[in-house]
Amino acid sequence: MKTLLEVAGLTKRFGGLVAVKDLGFAIRGGEILGLIGPNGSGKSTAMKLIMGIERANAGSVRLAGEEIVSWPTHRIARAGIGLVFQHSRPLHRQTVWENIKLALLPDSLLRLVAGRAVDEHARLIGERVGLGAVLDRHPATLPFADLRRMELAKAIARDPKVVLVDEPFAGLTLGEVENFSALIRSFREEGKAVLLVDHNVKSVAALVDRVLAMYLGERIAEGPAEVVMRDPTVRRVYLGGAIGTHARDIAPEKTGVPLLHVSDLSVLYGKAQALEQVSLEVHEGEFVSVVGLNGAGKTTLFNAISGLVPYRGRINWEGTPLAGRTPGAIARGGIVQCPETRELFGAMSVAENLDLGGQHQKPTERAERLAWLLDLFPILKARRAQMARTLSGGEQQMLAIARALMMNPRLLILDEPTLGLAPVILEQISKALEVLRQATPITVLLGEQNVTFALPHADRVYVLEHARIIWQGPASRFAEEAGAGYL
Amino acid sequence: MRILSALVVLLALATLPFWVSGYILGVLTIAYFFGVFAMSWDLLFGFAGEVNFGPTFLIGLGAYSAGLLDNHGVPVWLCVIAGAVAAVFGGLILAVPALRLRGPYFGLITLVAVLVLQQVIVIFAGVTGGEIGLTINDVLSLDPGYNYWLALGFLLISGIVLTLFSRSAAGLILQASGQDPIEAQVLGFNVVKHKLAAFAISALFSGLAGAMLVFYLGTASVDTVVDISVGVQIIIAAVLGGRRTIFGAVIGALFLIIAGEILRPLGQLSTFVVSAVALGVILFFPDGLVGYLLRRGERA
Repeated sequence: MKTLLEVAGLTKRFGGLVAVKDLGFAIRGGEILGLIGPNGSGKSTAMKLIMGIERANAGSVRLAGEEIVSWPTHRIARAGIGLVFQHSRPLHRQTVWENIKLALLPDSLLRLVAGRAVDEHARLIGERVGLGAVLDRHPATLPFADLRRMELAKAIARDPKVVLVDEPFAGLTLGEVENFSALIRSFREEGKAVLLVDHNVKSVAALVDRVLAMYLGERIAEGPAEVVMRDPTVRRVYLGGAIGTHARDIAPEKTGVPLLHVSDLSVLYGKAQALEQVSLEVHEGEFVSVVGLNGAGKTTLFNAISGLVPYRGRINWEGTPLAGRTPGAIARGGIVQCPETRELFGAMSVAENLDLGGQHQKPTERAERLAWLLDLFPILKARRAQMARTLSGGEQQMLAIARALMMNPRLLILDEPTLGLAPVILEQISKALEVLRQATPITVLLGEQNVTFALPHADRVYVLEHARIIWQGPASRFAEEAGAGYL
Repeated sequence: MRILSALVVLLALATLPFWVSGYILGVLTIAYFFGVFAMSWDLLFGFAGEVNFGPTFLIGLGAYSAGLLDNHGVPVWLCVIAGAVAAVFGGLILAVPALRLRGPYFGLITLVAVLVLQQVIVIFAGVTGGEIGLTINDVLSLDPGYNYWLALGFLLISGIVLTLFSRSAAGLILQASGQDPIEAQVLGFNVVKHKLAAFAISALFSGLAGAMLVFYLGTASVDTVVDISVGVQIIIAAVLGGRRTIFGAVIGALFLIIAGEILRPLGQLSTFVVSAVALGVILFFPDGLVGYLLRRGERA
């Protein structure tokens, strides 16, 4: 089969951040390529660049030999590239059948009636993906897996030469995964080129012919799934290097009421189960790490604690339930989250971002804290007047942590601070965390995919997988009891 | 069943000139034109997903173009057509650059456009009549019944055309473009093209209605066809009736105009009462009156 999609030298910068750097690969017809990388590695950006949703700064994308990198999205779609979104906003007033029909319409202003052929074709596609029984229902009444089927049906309707699928199995049960795999395999049999974008090799290994692993916007490995899984660079990116721990000499006291006590916490996103019966506790002065691959539910757990998503179950703070309190009240009460997405005020300077974090404190305290934080992260001192948006990824992360610390939290929740950062930056942040642990009475709850980063400081570790806690224990026992099955 | 009851209501409305006063006919005539304004606006907000804060820019262009031509002795029907053409043309000049911007900028540009139009009319008072208004020499008809039928017929035709368009294949693409423009593009649709077409259609009906309205009123003034507050009334009418329903906009417009008229004895207070009711409906039934009923029907 001939090469259908050919990417070369693709580069994309967002301000000071290089999201995709000199990326190149090719997919032949009838081939499935897995594009994997942890959150922030640039894989989603790469997908958007191919589809023309983002504009590349440099590089080329060829579809069956034709250069399409500067085309608008709708033209690229017409030329034969389809994209299956992970989340979609279907037309809610229309039925499933009409939603599929939409994908079959020509891009015409004058076409007022769809026509019988289109009606019939839409019905056939619906039946092919297993929506035959629900074609006349409205999308809002469908279970999650059927909504994903509908997205797949829309891609099939366009009959593209190249299909890009974003996280094909996110939120699906085991049986549904089997079902979807079969549908994706049928693309291969039809001679289409398929690109599966996912967080990790494990989920797509059975399906792909080849895997390309990305980190920090660059290719780090390429080859058959089992080779990539064993690749030392890939293992280092996901697991970090050799797993080390620094158990504390004096373990913090674990008596009395825990500072934070989560019990039987469940969260649903629409119809997808994001957390199922999760329980954990954090005692005053402890450093607790929650490790798990992207998509396991770490961010959802933290957002539930911060009062940002509705949940079932109990979350107690010093023995009293947090339910019913606003996110603002929870933060002022001492639980401060430093989110995965950083949420910096991009158009404000470093100093202004830090000042905002200290709004609720007395001026003298604020000044003292600021001086201490600038000592902890010296680079921020040099960048004080610079706009936050123009900082590099590592500097932005340090600013996000510093801003959270400005609020003088009793419990600091750090969500994936390593996201998209180079190893040398990780070391700097790791050192800062160590100082924090040694020099202050602060309690920390850290969520991480990178085990090497999460373990050294941790007093205790929880492992989260597919919305559930599957292991818990001291960091020293992680390697032998949970390390093997992690990746 | 639905069609039957619609026909009965329509017949009843058509016979009104035989048994109600000229005053009531006058109020309804204005309400019908207002209904067309609101429907045209709903095509943009409900289907194309764009908030047009300046419906009166399009209406004003239509109204003043027709009025100015009339002062130069052009026949009435030609003035009305010219008004519609001017609205489409002016609307496209505004929308082509505005639709390239993302987020709230489209809305802001339409808002500023109204202010610009208003200032131009005031500055060139010698030609446009300025703040006093432009006197129109011709009228649609001297007979209030005939004017009423004309407005009702125009409302009916506009409603049918806009409803059919919104439910057509092109309307489906327009809805997708409004709700999730990225996905619509990924499905191969030129979102800007479809939104521009919707804008042109909205401008066409707004301009036609604006031009006909000035011939009915006998005057074109900033206060009645251009001022921001008129635009706000249109927006409230459409949202009140129900987003993405076309028909709901007519109900909202009828409610606003008729309620304002009934409460007129209250003076300044009437505007307050009508606005408060509208605010309440929007807060508690964000889908609007018709939208609320439709959704209840869908669930059942």
